[in-house]
Amino acid sequence: MAIRFYLILVVFLLSAIVSFSLYEDQVGLMDWHQRYIGKVKHAVFHTQKTGRKRVIVSTEENVVASLDLRHGEIFWRHVLGTNDAIDGVDIALGKYVITLSSEGSLLRAWNLPDGQMVWETSLHSAQHSKSLLSVPINLKVDKDYPILVFGGGYLHAVSPIDGEVLWKKDFTAEGFEVQRVLQPLESSIIYVLGFLHSSEAVVYQIDSKSGDVVAEKSMAFPGGFSGEISSVSNDKVVVLDSTRSILVAISFVDGGISFQKTHISDLVEDSGKAEILSPLLSNMLAVKVNKRTIFVRVGGEGKLELVDSLSDETAMSDSLPVADDQVAFASVHHEGSKIHLMVKLVDDLDTVLLRESIQMDQHRGRVHKVFINNYIKTDRSNGFRALIVMEDHSLLLLQQGAIVWSREEGLASVTDVTTAELPVEKDGVSVAQVEHTLVDWLKGHVLKLKGSLLLASPEDVVAIQEMRMKSSGRSKLTRDHNGFRKLFIALTRAGKLFALHTGDGSIVWSVLLNSPACARPSGISLYQWQVPHHHAMDENPSVLVVGRCGSDSSAPGVLSFVDVYTGKEISSSDIGHSVVQVMPLPFTDSTEQRLHLIADTNGHVHLYPKTSEALSIFQREFQNVYWYNVEADNGIIRGQGMKSTCSDETADEYCFTTRELWTVVFPSESEKIISTLTRKPNEVVHTQAKVSTDQDVLYKYVSRNLLFVATVSPKGAGEIGSVTPEESALVVYLIDTITGRILHRLSHQGCQGPVHAVFSENWVVYHYFNLRAHKYEVTVVEIYDQSRAENKNVWKLVLGKHNLTAPISSYSRPEMFTKSQSYFFPQSVKTIAVTSTAKGITSKQLLIGTIGDQILALDKRFVDPRRTLNPSQAEKEEGIIPLTDSLPIIPQSYITHALKVEGLRGIVTAPAKLESTTHVFAYGVDLFYTRLAPSKTYDSLTDDFSYALLLITIVALVAAIYITWVLSEKKELSEKWR
Amino acid sequence: MSNLTVLLFLSTLLFSSSFAFQSDELLLDDEEFGLEGGSHPRSPEPVTSDSPPKQTPSIRRRYSDPDLDSKIQFTLEHAFGDSDFSPAGTFSARLKTWSHGGQTLTKLRFSRNEFSDEEKYAFQTLLKGDDFYRIRLPSNVVNPPGREYVIASVRARCLPRDGLDEHIVIHMDGANILAVSYGSPGACPYPRQLKLPAKWTFNSHTILKSGEQAPRTPIFTEEILGSSENKEGEAEAPVERSFWAKYWMYLIPLGLIVMNAVTQASNMAEEQPAGSQGQAPAAIQRGSAPRRR
Repeated sequence: MAIRFYLILVVFLLSAIVSFSLYEDQVGLMDWHQRYIGKVKHAVFHTQKTGRKRVIVSTEENVVASLDLRHGEIFWRHVLGTNDAIDGVDIALGKYVITLSSEGSLLRAWNLPDGQMVWETSLHSAQHSKSLLSVPINLKVDKDYPILVFGGGYLHAVSPIDGEVLWKKDFTAEGFEVQRVLQPLESSIIYVLGFLHSSEAVVYQIDSKSGDVVAEKSMAFPGGFSGEISSVSNDKVVVLDSTRSILVAISFVDGGISFQKTHISDLVEDSGKAEILSPLLSNMLAVKVNKRTIFVRVGGEGKLELVDSLSDETAMSDSLPVADDQVAFASVHHEGSKIHLMVKLVDDLDTVLLRESIQMDQHRGRVHKVFINNYIKTDRSNGFRALIVMEDHSLLLLQQGAIVWSREEGLASVTDVTTAELPVEKDGVSVAQVEHTLVDWLKGHVLKLKGSLLLASPEDVVAIQEMRMKSSGRSKLTRDHNGFRKLFIALTRAGKLFALHTGDGSIVWSVLLNSPACARPSGISLYQWQVPHHHAMDENPSVLVVGRCGSDSSAPGVLSFVDVYTGKEISSSDIGHSVVQVMPLPFTDSTEQRLHLIADTNGHVHLYPKTSEALSIFQREFQNVYWYNVEADNGIIRGQGMKSTCSDETADEYCFTTRELWTVVFPSESEKIISTLTRKPNEVVHTQAKVSTDQDVLYKYVSRNLLFVATVSPKGAGEIGSVTPEESALVVYLIDTITGRILHRLSHQGCQGPVHAVFSENWVVYHYFNLRAHKYEVTVVEIYDQSRAENKNVWKLVLGKHNLTAPISSYSRPEMFTKSQSYFFPQSVKTIAVTSTAKGITSKQLLIGTIGDQILALDKRFVDPRRTLNPSQAEKEEGIIPLTDSLPIIPQSYITHALKVEGLRGIVTAPAKLESTTHVFAYGVDLFYTRLAPSKTYDSLTDDFSYALLLITIVALVAAIYITWVLSEKKELSEKWR
Repeated sequence: MSNLTVLLFLSTLLFSSSFAFQSDELLLDDEEFGLEGGSHPRSPEPVTSDSPPKQTPSIRRRYSDPDLDSKIQFTLEHAFGDSDFSPAGTFSARLKTWSHGGQTLTKLRFSRNEFSDEEKYAFQTLLKGDDFYRIRLPSNVVNPPGREYVIASVRARCLPRDGLDEHIVIHMDGANILAVSYGSPGACPYPRQLKLPAKWTFNSHTILKSGEQAPRTPIFTEEILGSSENKEGEAEAPVERSFWAKYWMYLIPLGLIVMNAVTQASNMAEEQPAGSQGQAPAAIQRGSAPRRR
């Protein structure tokens, strides 16, 4: 019986669910996927004796990857968790990539050719400390040197073959900080240098076989150390003292420790505070003093002498041994749009091995990091290649005076995304060059026809697939009728703006933001500034980038306006006040520039654009402008209204003061704000009424001024499972942001964050963890308006006795009710979004970014509070799915199909002009784009619709009609002759 | 007896999370609360109190334990536009402390102060300017003002009807006031018309609200599924549809095919001779050939 019931249920579900799925040959037709790695931190070249030259990199996005040195493609890549930052990467035994991560507590080995994990060792760590990875350079393979790892207060020796911990040594003593672990070549003694209370240098000599301390020496330094250290050779390090004005060379050759002090003022004049730079140069160190970089050579007895001094904008690489016991290093500096790469010998800075200048095709800012590698040229001389990391996080390989390849790694750290239209096709632009000729068109359709009639040979199938992949100008740079071609404008953490084409994901333009006030402002957020449509069609649309000079929230803000068509920065201004919150207003001026309010830290708001026209528009609506701010740390939400213009002398007429109209004060001992969310301001709602099966009408409570707030008990704000169910409660609120009314308050006992929510139309769906059931849950809340509930009578509507057209005021007492329902959800979630279409008619799908970095499309019908266990026949016809305790995950409804959007952080949806279709853009370390039709493309023919088949059918029919007509005429004639 | 079951039901509602034992006093207290709360409430909240209330002394004071039940007062303050806050009324309520440590406020009463002449004038100014009338409450009723005051405001033109109608919803969490909603009890459509109140007395409605508990997510075990299946079986059994209702989709095509076949057959019978005629084209020339049939 049960089986039968299940079968019925399964059959019903299969018939009821219009799940989104693709056929294999449809992959890549409207979706694209780009793989990135992020800003490179470390790079290790692997070029000896291998067919495939590669470079192993670790990045700030916690990625370890192997890149092809010839083309820059990714051989393999692993994205570690968000809390698993990589501290060091190296190659051991010539075949394993060793990574140290999580503050020196996780050591992993990956197979160099294919990236398979060979072993993983989790190391004991007792305290937070800096971590050091030291992989011996194996000159003799038979001698098995261990990998030395210092992290968490322990020194571990790990076998590179299987990851076994050979021995460990405790350095967790009070106040002791290990600074360097050195293992001289051909020696079985390991030197561990550390500072005790930052004032005493201690050197331990440890036997590398057993881990026993052979000798221990210490020597007090009265001045104290500042912690910055540079090891210049196997027995010498240089540190700065606590005043940062004295360089101290510490040598710990077999015997004892000796200090050699050198005042920086002796080396350079008018010295300020010094800073030791990170590059490791043998017998030399680089020090940054007074915005200049000086090179200091360390002599045999710790004697320091100045050798060279360079301007500040120079990046340097570590030193690299080249032939004949010589050591070289690379330095890169800018000059206009050119960069100059120089490779010099460390011993003799006048010997320049390589001098190249490279023209940069676009603005990428300064050089941040350089890694060099040498190779033997065809003429047996030394050649050098350099991997450089630019300020916009891009990665470039320079060789023979040219950029061999470049990777736009800035796109791995997208922080904000908006959409923009492409320019309209002008008469001057010839379409024919892009479109096929008629013959090509016919050929293509004949091929398609063959395909659909199953007559195609394998070669034809390949040709068809290829044709579909680059079909009819999907990457054309003009607007199309269906609105499928658009631009996604992405702002990255490096402050660079990219415009990506929806057709193929190509970068249409990119611009690195500048500011008159500070060199490189950090971008905060992105707004649509000017979207010309009705009038002002001649204006180009533009976006507003809000940034600030510095990381502090009180730092002065910077506004940049960027033309969307050309990618040129129209203007950039330093606004002279801080930026706390940016509020786009629902008003535009005559050139379609949107009015924005920017709140600063003083509680004032500033109106932009600063024109008299904008001011007059704003003055008209002055009384009806409200805003709110959420003080998440404080647990208070404040609603504000406009009061008057600022009275300070410095302020202009575009500055306004506000007054507090309402507050919501969450009790600090029981509730902590963890999530707030509003509806998308540009969302379109097709209908307010919802007709149910029994001819009843429900009116959605559609308000733009609703705020969803989720709070948890302060104890439960930590990780899942850190509290018992009794201690933790999750409370969700719906708050009207004009009056501060709490419209809905629901508490979930025994539940915990993190809360991921999505708010659309009149519903909120949120995801959290239920500690009692040990499962994730999803709850839906729908709000309905009761004040319009009487408008059910048709006659009332006909005679106009209804209140549907009456203006809605937040000051009226809200008459609404909520419906809610909870379901279990089997997966942990990273982000949730919802599809949005042009008119809001198409049914909606939730786009759930799962922990596996995939995106699941779930019909909104599954999260409908009207679901019941046994829906009536009428309800079934309406599309109500029988209630189940958990939401189904149908494998075909993963819109990312076989791909993964590694490090998924956000999903953005934007409507196409065609009502059925929506653009979906997901970003993380990777980028993914696809077009979705939540209710199938009911308003257009599919791309692979065979027009030729239709044409041939019509021709054949016409021919058949003609032939039969002729035949019947003949027959009739012969009948008559009879 | 039925009264007792209702009370038990009430008490289970109150202590749904952790309730082991309940003393008689609390039960009696609940009864009192149940009687005074107007119509028999299904849940303890919302507590509605009408104004102007009379300060009725608590008669059944002796039944309740003084440690668990304390009377408290807190003031409502108001401000006209941007003026400073001044006292406008007093809330008095009973704070109940449960055995498990939770606190709830019950029996809320509100006494509104009359507007003084200056206040009347200030309010009229507000009405003319369509400005905000603001109120505030302490965020903690036990040790006011708590962390901060909870503020709410309304356009002054929303309040006047015959008198001044106000509707106050206080959102509570234990002894904390989370937020207060303040406004007119009905609609306040935009644009707001200037209207002076006929009487300068407040007609206040006060509601105390605490949040709802989310229902537990139902877990459908095999058992429930089985029972639902049984139910379904029972439900489906009586719906005995006729043969036609069940199989019409097969019957209609079948009928069509049969009809088609019949007409075909009759046509065949007719055409058989015609066919034989076709086989002998020479017969056409003989003009009498058809007549031979």
